[in-house]
Amino acid sequence: MSETTAPRTYKDFAQPIVRRLLLTRESAIIALLIVVLIGASLIVPSFASAATATYLMLDVATILLISLVMAPIMITGDIDLSVGSMVGLSSVVFGVAFQAGLPVPVGIVFALVVGAVGGLFNGWLITHIDLPALAVTIGTMALFRGIAVGLLGTTAVTGFPQEWTKLARAKIGDSPIPVIMILFVVLLIGAVWMLHFSKFGRGIFAIGLSKEAAAFSGVDVARTRLILFVLSGTIAALAGVYFTLRYGSARGDNATGLELQVIAAVVLGGVSVFGGRGALHGVIAGVFLIGALSSALRLANVTSDVINIITGVLLVASVIASSVLDWFKRQRARRALRSATQQPVTAG
Amino acid sequence: MTSTAEKPSVVGRKPADPAFKKKSPLTRIFASRETSIAIAVILIIAVTTLRNPTFLTSADGFRDLLVTPSILLVVALGQAVVIITRSVDLSVGSVLGLTAYLVGTLFVAFPSIPIPLMFLIGLAFGGLLGLINGALVAFGRVPAMVITLGTLYAFRGINVAWTGSNRINASDMPSGFLKLGTQQILGIPVLTIIALIALVVVAWYLHNTRGGREFYAIGSDPEAAELYGLQKTKRVLMAFVFSGAMAGLGGVLYAARYGTINSQAGDGFELQAVGAAVIGGVAITGGTGTVIGAALGAFLLVTINRALPVLGIPDFWQKAVVGALILGAIVLDRVMAKRNHQKLLEKRDR
Repeated sequence: MSETTAPRTYKDFAQPIVRRLLLTRESAIIALLIVVLIGASLIVPSFASAATATYLMLDVATILLISLVMAPIMITGDIDLSVGSMVGLSSVVFGVAFQAGLPVPVGIVFALVVGAVGGLFNGWLITHIDLPALAVTIGTMALFRGIAVGLLGTTAVTGFPQEWTKLARAKIGDSPIPVIMILFVVLLIGAVWMLHFSKFGRGIFAIGLSKEAAAFSGVDVARTRLILFVLSGTIAALAGVYFTLRYGSARGDNATGLELQVIAAVVLGGVSVFGGRGALHGVIAGVFLIGALSSALRLANVTSDVINIITGVLLVASVIASSVLDWFKRQRARRALRSATQQPVTAG
Repeated sequence: MTSTAEKPSVVGRKPADPAFKKKSPLTRIFASRETSIAIAVILIIAVTTLRNPTFLTSADGFRDLLVTPSILLVVALGQAVVIITRSVDLSVGSVLGLTAYLVGTLFVAFPSIPIPLMFLIGLAFGGLLGLINGALVAFGRVPAMVITLGTLYAFRGINVAWTGSNRINASDMPSGFLKLGTQQILGIPVLTIIALIALVVVAWYLHNTRGGREFYAIGSDPEAAELYGLQKTKRVLMAFVFSGAMAGLGGVLYAARYGTINSQAGDGFELQAVGAAVIGGVAITGGTGTVIGAALGAFLLVTINRALPVLGIPDFWQKAVVGALILGAIVLDRVMAKRNHQKLLEKRDR
């Protein structure tokens, strides 16, 4: 111990920047992603190839797009369970519009409008009727899916123009990166700015920590939540259009159960289920982690049900992990306190 | 502490203030959610029967009307208890499917298992899966929704991995067990009687025992309940074990009713179970509602589903109807709660 007893400043209590960067949930998940990528490349023969990378990105694009808005929604402490159904509904609307002879861009606009209206409906019920987001979106999950299945039954609309279906699967030049990633990156920049660099985004975190405190400090809580739900519906509809074009078929049961994968990825990526904490780089790593795992398992001929089990267990494990860590921290603090009280500190 | 006698101060204040006057039992019955749901069920049956008399009057029609909701009824019972304690159990459909397949497999391996024992096995296995949910929720201290969403997929995945493309057919199960699906006592199907017995026991427990009231106390204000000394962890655990056990019972009933069980048995059941409870007046925010309401909600959902094709609406629309009913129910609850709150404020200010 040092001889001088200079007063300690707050800097003495801060963790070094390296430690701060390495010990976050986001870093842990990025590290896990890298481990999975390296491990899968070594173990699964065909994993480390350009074609696999392309398919991986095509597959996760839907989840990536939706998670950009699901993350802010969960940071405010809400949830949107209706996104998977909205993907199905917008797919059907898009298909029906195309069947009626409308050009594809008009169909896309229709689908996006339906998404925005659906999101507005969710948000209005949540903020103006003051209902829990969980209850509302369980209801609209059934309602949107019901309308989608009701409109098309078990039939499917196919035969979309080739230039559009090809575009959904196209790659940028000779690179293995799909064109859809351009759209994703543009939206990502918007989402990062919105969540991490704007006043609106600070409001989102504030709402998640305490709605009352946020309201007192000048955040328009109802408006912020409403906007997020409208964005969520719209982006789910956009994902629905992409989904339809990618598989070339508009069906009412498209993307059933997608909400789980989105929520699992967001929670895995370090967004607290209680709200108030999270970052987009973690969320994206979470999406790619689940995508890479299921892609590697599929290449290794593991069936999709095992992938379902792994997704479920990962989701449970990632939410439990933080409370288990908290418990250990509390135990350690208690032990430290006990040893400190039993034997008074002696100078070394 | 177990005495339910009211404190004299409360009793003494009651008659003096008209605001505290109790409504007559008749008004209460007519104003309740349960009554309006029951009326809705009767209306649907009446309208559908006018359209196609066999819906109610034929022996099969009458039996189906009672048997089909029984499975959803028991699952909704468990769901209602969980929702009353301010949680939700989204894994019930997967638990039901897994238990139903277990029942079928056991019958294939040991055809001579007595049927009552099979019911116990179903209850125990479902309860065990519920215990997993409950332990994760109660000790992990994370929202039940996320946990049970995870186990919904994990349990279903296990079911698919175990079953594969196999399936249990009616010929694999003893005829005595399958007869349960068609047998009647005094004109009432046996499966319905089993479901109604479960309903009466649970309704009695929730209303008349200390343990039952604690579920409500925890649901209406978890922090206050804990401060008061209620064992929240134990109760939440119990609610999930019970919900799992009821889903397990639902699995046994499912096997007896349908005879064929594949890996997708009970898929999407969680939505119907939550829907039945919410439509029946169990508030998703916890603390209020009755299992009788949830049971009537189950009857309403299943009856609508069966009435739609008769009324000339393709049953593809069934899910949309479920969604609209759930939304209608939660909005109604909210409006009523606001009005009640307003009334109480006015009374206080007077």
